[in-house]
Amino acid sequence: MELFTYKKPLSLMAQAKRFGMLSILLVLTSLGLIFTKGFNVGIDFAGGTVIQVQYDQQAPIDEVREILGKQEAYKGANVTYFGTENEIVIKTKTSSQSVGVDIGDQVRALLAKTQGFKEIRRVDMVGAKVGSELREQGLLAMVLAIIGILIYVSFRFEWRFAVASVMALVHDVTIAMGMIVLFGVEVNLDILAALLTILGYSLNDTIIVFDRIREGIRSIKDPDFGGIIDESVSRTLSRTTLTSLTTFFVVLTLFLFGGEIINGFSFTLLVGVIVGTYSSIFVASPILMWLGFSVTEFRAKEAEKLKREKEKERMRAMYEQGTL
Amino acid sequence: MLNYRVIIFACALIFGVVFSIPSLIQSESGKKITLGLDLQGGLHMLLGVRNEVAIASKLKSIAASIKYLFDEEEIIYDALSLDEDTAEITFEILDNEDLTRVNALLKEELEGVTFSQTALKYALQMTEGEIERTKKDAIDQAVDTIRGRLNEFGLAEPTVAKQGQEKILVEVPGIKTQEDEQRVRELIARAAHLQLMAVDEERIARVNTMSAAEAKSYGDVILPDVNTAEKYLLKAIPVLDGSMLTDAKVGFDENSQPVINFTLNRQGAKIFGDFTAISVGKRMAVVLDNQVYSAPNIRERIGGGRVQISGQFTMEEAHDLAIALRSGSLLAPVYVMEKRSVGPSLGADSIKASSLALMFGFVLVVIFMVLYYGMAGVIANVALIGNLFLILAIMSLFGATLTLPGMAGIVLTVGMAVDANVIINERIREVLAQGKSIAKSIEDGYNNAFTAIWDANVTTLIAATVLYAYGTGPIKGFALTMSIGIMASMLTAIVGTHGIYQWILPKMDKNRLGYWFGIKGSK
Repeated sequence: MELFTYKKPLSLMAQAKRFGMLSILLVLTSLGLIFTKGFNVGIDFAGGTVIQVQYDQQAPIDEVREILGKQEAYKGANVTYFGTENEIVIKTKTSSQSVGVDIGDQVRALLAKTQGFKEIRRVDMVGAKVGSELREQGLLAMVLAIIGILIYVSFRFEWRFAVASVMALVHDVTIAMGMIVLFGVEVNLDILAALLTILGYSLNDTIIVFDRIREGIRSIKDPDFGGIIDESVSRTLSRTTLTSLTTFFVVLTLFLFGGEIINGFSFTLLVGVIVGTYSSIFVASPILMWLGFSVTEFRAKEAEKLKREKEKERMRAMYEQGTL
Repeated sequence: MLNYRVIIFACALIFGVVFSIPSLIQSESGKKITLGLDLQGGLHMLLGVRNEVAIASKLKSIAASIKYLFDEEEIIYDALSLDEDTAEITFEILDNEDLTRVNALLKEELEGVTFSQTALKYALQMTEGEIERTKKDAIDQAVDTIRGRLNEFGLAEPTVAKQGQEKILVEVPGIKTQEDEQRVRELIARAAHLQLMAVDEERIARVNTMSAAEAKSYGDVILPDVNTAEKYLLKAIPVLDGSMLTDAKVGFDENSQPVINFTLNRQGAKIFGDFTAISVGKRMAVVLDNQVYSAPNIRERIGGGRVQISGQFTMEEAHDLAIALRSGSLLAPVYVMEKRSVGPSLGADSIKASSLALMFGFVLVVIFMVLYYGMAGVIANVALIGNLFLILAIMSLFGATLTLPGMAGIVLTVGMAVDANVIINERIREVLAQGKSIAKSIEDGYNNAFTAIWDANVTTLIAATVLYAYGTGPIKGFALTMSIGIMASMLTAIVGTHGIYQWILPKMDKNRLGYWFGIKGSK
């Protein structure tokens, strides 16, 4: 089966400005959402308690709210169904330091008499101090990953490639964050992991396009960079789409069948796969051009490098023959 | 023809299958993957230690040593008291002539303290180094003690480890109900601080009207009874404490009520004997975690060092308490910084859901690859299956823990592992389209695809490594499976499939490109 047969390059660069505008719009909207609506920060980073309760029948959610509402400690607790109507999740900002009797035990005692109560299935509690530590560590991880990638790509390609790939990354992660805010996904450690995965995935995609551009710079005679980009992107188009599709389907099954607990995680990945694919085709390469990458300069440098190496070899040969 | 690549791949495949078998059938023997607490259910806690209490109790024992030394040397002293807020011990001596002896005693017999003396008044403090050491000891001791208690409680494979300088990680798998979990938590948290204290018989009549501050001014402390509202006035510095205990067992009193019998070591037995000899007619309180369990009258000197605690226990309480006493007291109380507990049924549900997703996603990808690439897709799928087995085998050998995000990591690796083969197949098709031979197309395809796959995988690996280094708990699991998956996929998807192509090359027919590579034959 063939979905994309390469005949002639698509004229992407001619449209680059439009895609650029779209991206800027998306990023700005995302930033607007992040700064106005803000993240729905979960207990991992804010501290607090999450308790998941299972019932044999439909959970009496109103009764639970009423019972908890009477307790000073649980004022403002958020009670919602979780997955099915037989399960509820209680979220409070409070956490207790007591090892022996904790919030989970108190809630069990309070709810044990409600109709159909089966068991407490999960109690997650994070103290405020640990929460802020986790937040710092998460940010640190993000920054370190980006720095590591910058260094590697600069080393393997050229600094403009590194900057362009990181800009595409920031673009993807920002839009993914915007979607997280828009859909009110609760941000916990797993979302952080998902964002870092997007980082890796989007980069993966971009690098493969860049690899082809690097190849194109060496092999395509016409030094028009826009043309080289068009041809390289078009030639990797089938791969980009296929891989994105398979990954997308896998993440989609995870989202649909993976269970309620990893829903936020798979949602974030789903967004990431879409945005990552888009950016590697339409965003990363134009940035490369706008950064003023010059094919002739690059070729001159490559030729220079080659010449130096040849010179070295010649010297070595002369040295070995004893003529130097 | 056979070649080194296909042999390497075959070895990797055999290795993968052999070492993942113990995990797949969950056999008793052999190295296998352990399921994370989120999948098998259990309790995960990050505990902090209240250092200030450890320091206070260290001060108390210093005060007790001073008392013991001065009594031994017959030095007359007064107003020996301990201020926990300033962490200072003060006392005064009555006889000028004792000054040099006292100075020498304090210097020689007490470690890690500094003292100042004005006239006959002394003030004593712990040195900075001693405070640091006490903190470190407190956390090390807490780790040992909690581990001892959990091991004796009889649950399978609890983990207790120091995390960083001041946190303790506790993981207890296999807890069935929340009631059991609470029992385990109470066992962990129990200070189990046993003290035998003298009742201040002169002033106890006024205990109900006395303030804590007033009691302190006499060197006393007010403690409540464990079962009734009664209060006791006790000498703050105990006769002896649980550190001199050698054994504690559950027994029964004359009414068949569970009690705990404990035995003191020789030093403890001597102190106990001496004390009871001079205190006939007075009461001595058995105090556990600052609650008075009993305060019997001393009728005669008690030798042998056997003491009993009774307190209307249930059998379970007595059992847990005996464990706690045997494994020693916590120098400093612990508190919860983070806690995650998952019931076993939820863990089982999570396994079911993510296995389903994994299988479904896998089947989807496999079908798609065959439809799109024909035999080339089948070859890619062989590599994919090899990749899955390799991930499982490597994780089994490391004894790695599989968490829920870890399973998601495997699902994701499946998606990304096919990528390498997609790139290679696309490259082969490109060369074929130029009308080159199959052998040439395959070699060129692999050569052209290599740098792209390599660079893409290395950058993803960088991200995964950072995630592993800075992630905590389940996230580490995700990063681990992904890193292993990426590395395994380099072996299976690049080396493995290349070998298979070279192996079956003689059978490949240029007229059937549709069958082999999923494209129409070129002229």
